[in-house]
Amino acid sequence: MTDFDPVELKRIRWHSRRGLLELDLVLERFLAQRFDSLSPAEMSAYKALLELPDNDFLDVVNAKMDLDDPEVMQIVEILRAI
Amino acid sequence: MGVPVRRFDAVIVGGGGAGLRAALQLSESGLKTAVLSKVFPTRSHTVAAQGGISASLGNVQEDRWEWHMFDTVKGSDWLGDQDAIEFMCRKAPEAVIELEHFGMPFDRLENGKIYQRPFGGHTQHNGQTPVQRACAAADRTGHAMLHTLYQRNVRANTQFFVEWMALDLIRDADGDVVGVTALEMETGEVFILHAKAVLFATGGAGRIYAASTNAFINTGDGLGMCVRAGIPLEDMEFWQFHPTGVAGAGVLITEGVRGEGGILLNSNGERFMERYAPNLKDLAPRDFVSRSMELEVLEGRGCGPNKDHVLLKLDHLGPDIIKQRLPGIREIAIKFAGVDPIKEPIPVIPTCHYMMGGIPTNYRGEVVTPKDGNHESRVNGFFAAGECACASVHGANRLGTNSLLDLVVFGKSAGDSMVEYIKNEMPTWKDLPADAADRSLARIARLDNQKNGEEVTDVRTAMQRTVQSRAGVFRNSANLALGVTEIKEVAERAKVMQIKDKSKVFNTARVEALEMENLIEIAVATMISAEARQESRGAHAHDDFPTRNDEVWMKHTLYYGENRSLTYKPVHTKPLSVDYIPPKERTF
Ligand SMILES: Cc1cc2nc3c(=O)[nH]c(=O)nc-3n(C[C@H](O)[C@H](O)[C@H](O)COP(=O)(O)OP(=O)(O)OC[C@H]3O[C@@H](n4cnc5c(N)ncnc54)[C@H](O)[C@@H]3O)c2cc1C
Repeated sequence: MTDFDPVELKRIRWHSRRGLLELDLVLERFLAQRFDSLSPAEMSAYKALLELPDNDFLDVVNAKMDLDDPEVMQIVEILRAI
Repeated sequence: MGVPVRRFDAVIVGGGGAGLRAALQLSESGLKTAVLSKVFPTRSHTVAAQGGISASLGNVQEDRWEWHMFDTVKGSDWLGDQDAIEFMCRKAPEAVIELEHFGMPFDRLENGKIYQRPFGGHTQHNGQTPVQRACAAADRTGHAMLHTLYQRNVRANTQFFVEWMALDLIRDADGDVVGVTALEMETGEVFILHAKAVLFATGGAGRIYAASTNAFINTGDGLGMCVRAGIPLEDMEFWQFHPTGVAGAGVLITEGVRGEGGILLNSNGERFMERYAPNLKDLAPRDFVSRSMELEVLEGRGCGPNKDHVLLKLDHLGPDIIKQRLPGIREIAIKFAGVDPIKEPIPVIPTCHYMMGGIPTNYRGEVVTPKDGNHESRVNGFFAAGECACASVHGANRLGTNSLLDLVVFGKSAGDSMVEYIKNEMPTWKDLPADAADRSLARIARLDNQKNGEEVTDVRTAMQRTVQSRAGVFRNSANLALGVTEIKEVAERAKVMQIKDKSKVFNTARVEALEMENLIEIAVATMISAEARQESRGAHAHDDFPTRNDEVWMKHTLYYGENRSLTYKPVHTKPLSVDYIPPKERTF
């Protein structure tokens, strides 16, 4: 995670607070279990996911929708399984 | 003191539906308007609203605002203020059409008009027959509303302060509101936002309960700020519960599951709703099902190791029906309950959904408190709208889809009142008091210096357990009295909460501690208000006082934080233009 300074990591954590409870719950688990061990590339992919509107993000997590970027999809797979 | 000051005509705290609608009125009238939000506005909790927004457009079936008004008054169990209810229901069609003109993508009929769905509690001819009154944008109504209003505000030059957390309300020696203090999360700096008028639109506080459908952001900051600034909270004993939230998670399982034949079971495997509601069984009204579920748990027939929930069984429907007719439910159950409903029942409990009480306002969005014998004296410069406000249109129980309506109608009305106030009464800013930021700075300093204190998560858990077990869907005197004692103990622990991370920049631990200081005020207000109300009305179901008592209790509660005391004020029985709708028994 050398590419991300601690402040950026905290910002990403805050951006994991969403408007939908379902997402809060999934991302809370993700932050507790996986966040600290993400590689820089994975962290960038997670950041990209956080840019999605909440409803799309939930559809992605619930496997109703996939995304094109394979690196982002790797994080999505973690979120789907968590 | 070296706290930087920024000046605006109007400061709006909250970028959900209510805050955005109000901001639009102000910006479009040329006033310099700031909107603060803890998160990006379109991620406000309004995004969660799926069901729709009500308005008597009559596009599908004949409808009238008077019938909408009747349903709302009845839904409120006669605790709603009838002037505010008339105002909202009359304005509803215009408000929805305005959203349509703003570009909100409502579902449409073939003739191009807005489609309207059926929804519980919406009727024609004052309760006679169901009517289709809910307007929706697919299952994304809240999302569509937020995006539409946000874009409009950008065009109108509203200034957004995203990831700014308002900390405290600033009142001067006259008691007038002259601004707020706020924390810029990015830098950890505290600012004073000096304003001619301030509006709170900070949303609900469902996180005081252990079981809540609300996202983590719903910490009721506006209410906490009011309590600290000496402004009372109205009707805090009234919280709406949804019967089927996933136990331990809160995520909603829609009513549709029971509609398709899902049934509720206790630990003996008994379909207990047959006992409580021999006709409607599992499809009895929400509050009735919730209460029956809670009774089963209280009487020891709950399921699981802690005997704290019941089971929603649907495996008998077969995998095809579950997959075809109830899409999404299986995923929710697997993800949040860890069970596959095709094989196993889902653990569910009644779950806190909506806060009917809040900051006392009138239908103009002005915050009003008792003063010199007047029950509703205006707090100059202070306005509130949305779930944090109590106008009061929802009274003791909110009707589905009336909340989104409340946001836009009272958001706009409050915005108009602010424009008027600023233009007619506040040509310039009132002076800031010398100690404007002291309270906020002291709160932060205490957190930074606290040693040997309590962890925020421990205090939060204790609060949520207390409120859930003592002021849940089913209440009684003994339990409520215990709850008051217990929540006061938790409040003492909250005074010594500590955080490990003392850094300034983007310190989310600090933000969560500050939020917790708001939640605990609301939890105390809820317990004390609930303990005092000796009747059953709407969402306040009291075992020792099982009926509504209009003679004594048709009145609004006001809770004051300083000495944790209560006063009461009358319900408005005079609508604006139509006849009073006198109380009746609420039967279905
Ligand atoms: C799952 C679910 C489904 C629902 N469905 C419907 C429905 O179909 N129809 C309906 O009518 N109602 C529905 N409701 C209720 C309705 O969604 C809410 O009551 C409503 O959206 C609240 O809007 P608001 O503008 O008052 O607050 P919110 O949308 O919650 O916005 C609050 C804003 O205040 C900001 N804020 C809070 N504190 C601070 C602070 N200290 N500093 C700065 N900013 C702050 C937040 O960042 C946010 O921008 C539903 C509720 C839930 C939980």
